[in-house]
Amino acid sequence: MTAQALSAAVRSGERRAVDVLEEHLTRIAAREGDIHAFNLVTGDLARGQAGAVDAAVAEGRDPGPLAGVPVALKDNLCTRGVATTCSSRILEGWVPPYDATVVTRLAEAGAVFVGKTNLDEFAMGSSTENSAFGPTRNPRDLSRVPGGSSGGSAAAVAAGFAALSLGSDTGGSIRQPASLCGVVGAKPTYGVVSRYGLVAFASSLDQIGPFAATVGDAALLLDVISGPDPADSTSLRQPAPSASAGLGRGVEGIRVGLVSELAGAEGVAPDVAARLREAAEALSAAGAKVDEVSVPAVIYGLSAYYLIAPAEASSNLARYDGVRYGRRERGEDITDMYVRTRSAGFGAEVKRRIMLGTYALSAGYYDAYYGKAQQVRTLIIRDFDEAYRNFDVLLSPTSPGTAFPLGAKTADPLSMYLNDVCTIPSNLAGHPAISVPFGTGADGLPVGVQVLAPALGETVMFQVAEALESRAPAAPAEEERS
Amino acid sequence: MAAMPSPISTDDVAHVARLARLSLQPDELERFTEQLAAVLAHAADVEALDTAGVPPTAHPLPLVNVLRDDVEVPSLDRAEVLASAPEVEDDRFSVPRILGEAP
Repeated sequence: MTAQALSAAVRSGERRAVDVLEEHLTRIAAREGDIHAFNLVTGDLARGQAGAVDAAVAEGRDPGPLAGVPVALKDNLCTRGVATTCSSRILEGWVPPYDATVVTRLAEAGAVFVGKTNLDEFAMGSSTENSAFGPTRNPRDLSRVPGGSSGGSAAAVAAGFAALSLGSDTGGSIRQPASLCGVVGAKPTYGVVSRYGLVAFASSLDQIGPFAATVGDAALLLDVISGPDPADSTSLRQPAPSASAGLGRGVEGIRVGLVSELAGAEGVAPDVAARLREAAEALSAAGAKVDEVSVPAVIYGLSAYYLIAPAEASSNLARYDGVRYGRRERGEDITDMYVRTRSAGFGAEVKRRIMLGTYALSAGYYDAYYGKAQQVRTLIIRDFDEAYRNFDVLLSPTSPGTAFPLGAKTADPLSMYLNDVCTIPSNLAGHPAISVPFGTGADGLPVGVQVLAPALGETVMFQVAEALESRAPAAPAEEERS
Repeated sequence: MAAMPSPISTDDVAHVARLARLSLQPDELERFTEQLAAVLAHAADVEALDTAGVPPTAHPLPLVNVLRDDVEVPSLDRAEVLASAPEVEDDRFSVPRILGEAP
């Protein structure tokens, strides 16, 4: 049952939120031991919220558009009174004294929080293997990674642990795990969703976005969390574009550009390229005008990203010093305390990125690395702008391949980074993009196709995403959902 | 535009670790040097791009000086904030000695 249908059933009194919740908690109890989607399952909190939703319905009040819908939250979203770890040892013992804006909005919409999901430490990674609390496994094949960094949120939806979940996407951290787990995942336009209460990784790139089993459900969730927020100075002042407004429109006459440089990017597997071509043909059959388009600078996106994101991270993560929250290791003096705390609290990938960023920003290297990367960012935005003069949306693979085995890429960080080659350009430009499941690879595992849109193009992006979903090859058999 | 610098050395990595307040074991230092060198070598492909006269983009939104109305709003609850601090003394964050012994 979709989140839209669950909410309608709860609001009409046809189903009780507490029953919907117990079905999800039962599925969690059965498979969470194998999958490890969660850092924390918040069953008691959820039971209280579900009970309140049912009470509201009984009293004739409308609990909101997500009435009784079980939602999982990536564990880098602050939840007042509930531990928030970022899957890092350095935040041990920290309980946020405030809720992220998205958490407040979900609660006000009647959502029920089933738990905090696992991630690569501080959202740095593409497989969820960088979690200090152990990896999450892909519900479609337990020997494979779920992708990352929002692997727990993707797995929670794919396994039916939650109808919806939230992730964050700095370079593909929603779209790539959505692709690998066979669910829908969207990164909105930068500024459409408030980042207040999202633990910062790279502030000019981070956006919160939805995971769902269907495009319609992802639109429902995005519309609840989007919109201006005075608590985030980078949230857009204007009303957010409606994702749901794109649904049910078809794609007759929509101009779709297949991005040559991403379709043929480094490492894109032949079966992924084949699904992408079929997706383009499906849109064409539905009445869209599909053509190839060149966006030359996107091939430099990966290089620019792995200078810019670590540079911003090295600054953002300076706050973890053992003074105000989380872990502290005792030291001779304050500097020694900082060094011991950070060395013991951060995992290897986080240290790597902090050092890469510190290096890129350091005297003598700033112009060659960080400065150059910022100029590349401008070129990518210009090339996208040029493409959008002739196209409404663009199409590309989401991830170069299907879900890979655990451990396959952990020894070679660069091979892990290459997973993000198709998703990164949208973050650098601040544009929205969505991954939609479209068939399977040679190994029978899900393949995702990415729809990219210009800034504030969420409506047309969801329009095309829905058309893709309705023409996607039948999904592989999976366990029944409620 | 400055050319890409020579490959990162273990001395560079040790220096950067000091700046970032991280202490590395000798084996970590060696491994990180190799891994950072590989990432930086990949990043060097941006050298091929002519960026003369291209302005840098630091942020996707053209926002400058976002202000709110100057009205009082509640701040975080002090007790709740301090409850998560590693060490507290007299309603303040407590830290180890900041100044060393006189030389």
